[in-house]
Amino acid sequence: MKKEDVPQDLSSLGKITKEVCYATDENGKYTTQLSKGWDVKITALDAAWDDIALRVEQARQKVLNNEASPLLFFMEKALMDISILAGYTGFWKWQISRHLKPGVFKVLSDKKLQRYAEVFNVSIADLKNMSVNET
Amino acid sequence: MKLNYEHFQAAHCENGVTTSLLQNVGVHQITEPLAFGIGAGLFFVYIPLIKINNGPAIAFRTLPGLVFNRTCKALDIPVVRKKFSSKQKAQSYLDQCLADGHPVGCQVGVYYLPYFPKEYRFHFNAHNLIVYGKEGDNYLISDPVMETVTTMTSYELERVRFAKGALAPKGQLYYPKEGRPVTDEQIRRAIKKGIAKNVNNMLHIPGPIAGVDGIKFIAKRIKNWRDKLGLKTAGLYLAQLVRMQEEIGTGGGGFRYIYGAFLQQAHAYLPNDDLLEISNTFTQAGDLWRSAAVQASGIYKGRIGSQEDFNQMSEYLFEIAEIEKQAFTSLSKITWKP
Repeated sequence: MKKEDVPQDLSSLGKITKEVCYATDENGKYTTQLSKGWDVKITALDAAWDDIALRVEQARQKVLNNEASPLLFFMEKALMDISILAGYTGFWKWQISRHLKPGVFKVLSDKKLQRYAEVFNVSIADLKNMSVNET
Repeated sequence: MKLNYEHFQAAHCENGVTTSLLQNVGVHQITEPLAFGIGAGLFFVYIPLIKINNGPAIAFRTLPGLVFNRTCKALDIPVVRKKFSSKQKAQSYLDQCLADGHPVGCQVGVYYLPYFPKEYRFHFNAHNLIVYGKEGDNYLISDPVMETVTTMTSYELERVRFAKGALAPKGQLYYPKEGRPVTDEQIRRAIKKGIAKNVNNMLHIPGPIAGVDGIKFIAKRIKNWRDKLGLKTAGLYLAQLVRMQEEIGTGGGGFRYIYGAFLQQAHAYLPNDDLLEISNTFTQAGDLWRSAAVQASGIYKGRIGSQEDFNQMSEYLFEIAEIEKQAFTSLSKITWKP
């Protein structure tokens, strides 16, 4: 890529920092050039976030339909899967799979709920009601 | 306490940390492209069975940690690398390193990095940064992808050092144990070794998913993505490919261009003109990766999406595989003058 072709499409990262790109100068020699972002990357990131929003919404519906416990909603919202959640809570993966069932979730002790609540940064009541405090 | 340390911005985090830490112990010859090339950082692997952020696992560079380890080893610099099970021990070890005057590289997760924009926060655990001091409860941070230095509280730093999930860093830290002056002869040897290693990684790793074969493998698969996954998921997979290829915090850095820059810088030490020609080939490969990304973006933006468009995407990757195969084959055939 030529130095003058390094894209300068302002990204959310570009507002905080410019990125270093390696590109060639007029003599074909490599040098570095700062970039504010690239439309192709920005839209790739947007596509990923649109998908996340969709997954969160689908999870919310599942919880409302009593097909999953509120953990599914918070898990999707935190971009986690069962193994990441297992890492953060210290539960085994099979335990989390169980806790994702509405019936099992309802009878969980406060002590266990607290472990989830801490990871998702909500209160136990919020965890049960699927309410989010956006900060 | 603040160590005598100069921030260095790089295209890729591990190259940046490696370059910066080595410069700091007196290896003045090292640059980002040299670290990347000596560390044999260029790679491709596609693991269809593993999912990351609901997309396929694709990497354009070698496993985290290898660039630093290989580069230091090739230059005869002893390395300290530690993981911890206890957060307290991890912090007190870090504090001790700083007290002893070592700026330290840390592997961290990006999800909780306070200075990254929200859009960039994913559970990706192979980011690297340098801690170079502590003032009160604030650690002084030099993140190589940022233009300037930043800080994190001890809690914030602990959270990213003990991020969970794939490649969990477990408080991992590393640094060159001692500085030694490096001769140009050592650099020459290290360059040759790095090139040989990279040739091996791209051309001779057995199995279909890694190296040049891996690029062909995904090229073949992409042709079927539209029918097999549906247009929407196929688009998301392509977005993942582009993010892994280009995006900060996931992999990123235009690795083909950095490798091109490496070969030019290598030429200053080993004046064999083939290096310059092959450098151009990598520039060509990098340009094609970018054309492929533009094609992919057409699909995930929903602007295009016919089977013909997927075939074109696949063609780009086949072409890239051919070019990179040719480039590494030429590299393997170079006879170095004594």
